[in-house]
Amino acid sequence: MSRQAEYVLRTVSERGIRFIRLWFTDVQGFLKSVSISPQELETAFSEGMTFDGSSIDGYARLQEADMLAVPDPATFQILPWRQEEQVARMFCDVTSPSGEPFSGDPRTVLKTNLRAASELGYTFYVAPEIEYFYFADSGPEPVVLDHGGYFDLTPLDVAQEYRRRTINALEQMGVPVEHSHHEVAPSQHEIIVRYTDALTMADNIMSFRLTVKEIALEHGIHATFMPKPLEAHDGSGMHLHMSLFEGETNAFAADDGKLSETGRFFVAGLLRHAREITAVTNQWVNSYKRLVRGFDAPIWISWGYNNQSALVRVPTVKAGKRASVRVEYRAPDAAANPYLAMSVLLAAGLRGIRERYPLPDEVPGNVFEMTSADRKAAGISRLPETLSEALDVLEGSDLVREALGEHTFDWFLRNKRKEWNRYQQHVSRFELETYLPVL
Amino acid sequence: MTVALFPSDSSEELAAALAIAGLAPKLIDSIHPSEAGDTGEWSVLVVELADQPMRRLRQVGDLVEDTGLPVLVVADSAQFALVEQAVGVTDFIVAPPDPAELGTRLRRMMQRGAADEMLVHRDLALNPLTYQATLESAPLDLTYMEYELLRFFVDNKGRVWTREQLLSKVWGYDYFGGARTVDVHVRRLRAKLGEERASWIVTVRSVGYRFG
Repeated sequence: MSRQAEYVLRTVSERGIRFIRLWFTDVQGFLKSVSISPQELETAFSEGMTFDGSSIDGYARLQEADMLAVPDPATFQILPWRQEEQVARMFCDVTSPSGEPFSGDPRTVLKTNLRAASELGYTFYVAPEIEYFYFADSGPEPVVLDHGGYFDLTPLDVAQEYRRRTINALEQMGVPVEHSHHEVAPSQHEIIVRYTDALTMADNIMSFRLTVKEIALEHGIHATFMPKPLEAHDGSGMHLHMSLFEGETNAFAADDGKLSETGRFFVAGLLRHAREITAVTNQWVNSYKRLVRGFDAPIWISWGYNNQSALVRVPTVKAGKRASVRVEYRAPDAAANPYLAMSVLLAAGLRGIRERYPLPDEVPGNVFEMTSADRKAAGISRLPETLSEALDVLEGSDLVREALGEHTFDWFLRNKRKEWNRYQQHVSRFELETYLPVL
Repeated sequence: MTVALFPSDSSEELAAALAIAGLAPKLIDSIHPSEAGDTGEWSVLVVELADQPMRRLRQVGDLVEDTGLPVLVVADSAQFALVEQAVGVTDFIVAPPDPAELGTRLRRMMQRGAADEMLVHRDLALNPLTYQATLESAPLDLTYMEYELLRFFVDNKGRVWTREQLLSKVWGYDYFGGARTVDVHVRRLRAKLGEERASWIVTVRSVGYRFG
């Protein structure tokens, strides 16, 4: 048994932990959990825990239902929120009964992509800015807690207290927070998580979502990462700041604090494949209600230094801060599957590096204020406008097919088409209010 | 961890309290230093004074002088004055003892006994036997790598380490994280140690880190 596993076993007995939750993620990014007792832990490490894969979205077909969840002892963490008994969690890798890594497991998919990066000598680092809303309850009509500015229903400091409690819990779980604030929209908050390697960050984002929801639940309110819950206000994004390091050297940084050649190739890869990967970074019908004009979300496929209207922003860094040079991809929303979103973003950027894509000119001004003729002349195209359009582009993408693997790619496409078809049959409030009185 | 109990024919109340506290004592027939046997195996000794307080306290004094063993004395209220003057008594409890109190006192004494092997920096303690870390005696929730990094720091106070050195000495295996992983873990350790103690881990510019 590894020292890591021994550490876990010892801590479980020393701290009187009653249950260990084994966590893994389905293809849509929902957290799944199997609880085991300390007595089962040793077996879980040596053999994995059997579960029925056919009950998990995007996992096995019925004839190959048995799967194993193998806990990763490096992710062992006691859960910080209030409960009657001490509970800990570990993230799992999912394998077949014979121990083969399972290609429908998003964590396995990301690991495969990270291996491709490490074969080129790169380590992939990610830091997210995650936005979410607090509502009074989880009913179908969102009830905000405050108006975020001068006209608050609930005093702002109440929501700040929820956020403060959340940040404490995150820090206790080893998810360090860089910064947090109330967002522009009512009841909306943003927490910026400090960078770490992509695999840990994807795990951290899963922990983050659960923690935010658990703490909200403790206070009798509802937290949501739905991309666009309020029509008149900004949606919830999850901007991802990305960099590649070669050992201790930032591969994206040139001496003048701007993008290196490698960095430029990476951004070129993101831009060229942006339309193909959007169905993964923005996977819900509702995601596309956020990617519209008039709000703080990107639509146009462009890049710029410190340009808040661009899809890819390259933040300016202080002189001598080479390590901080990074690219920010602003399309993803907070309801994406972080493992798969990071997989396709990395694959797009790496292809740019491998095939030395030329980077289009930087767009320095506000892309939204350009005329469509100007945008056309500058070669700026638009992100998909609906999930359906995004899926059409995704279907023809060899890049995404390769990054996700056949199994996940096929299942994702099938499942999302189903979601779109359901939505198409829906008669919306917009239609009833607009058409019923006059047609 | 062995609790030794003298005399072997101690009161039923004491035996019951020990049993309820979850302790199975080793019964000792004599605590005279030449007859006590292998005291090195004992973590703590419980002595019931009963009707021979003077004689037993004297023997405790002799034994502790030889062995340095922690001793808990079970005394009734009339014997307190004797206990106060006695040499070598670590702690005492009033007879008949409350099982919960007895258990807690004994476990604390055993922990203190084990403290020699612990790694300590101010109010931070790391127990290499149990992998547990405590701050002001409250348990600290660490992941395995956070624990290992902290242990390495406390065990190698005052020296400056580069990220690559830390990666090879603490992680020692191929890891997706790369050298910046060290920065990430240092940040996490600082967060878990809390604001006042975060400065224990010092960033040495363009080199790496130093602890303490």
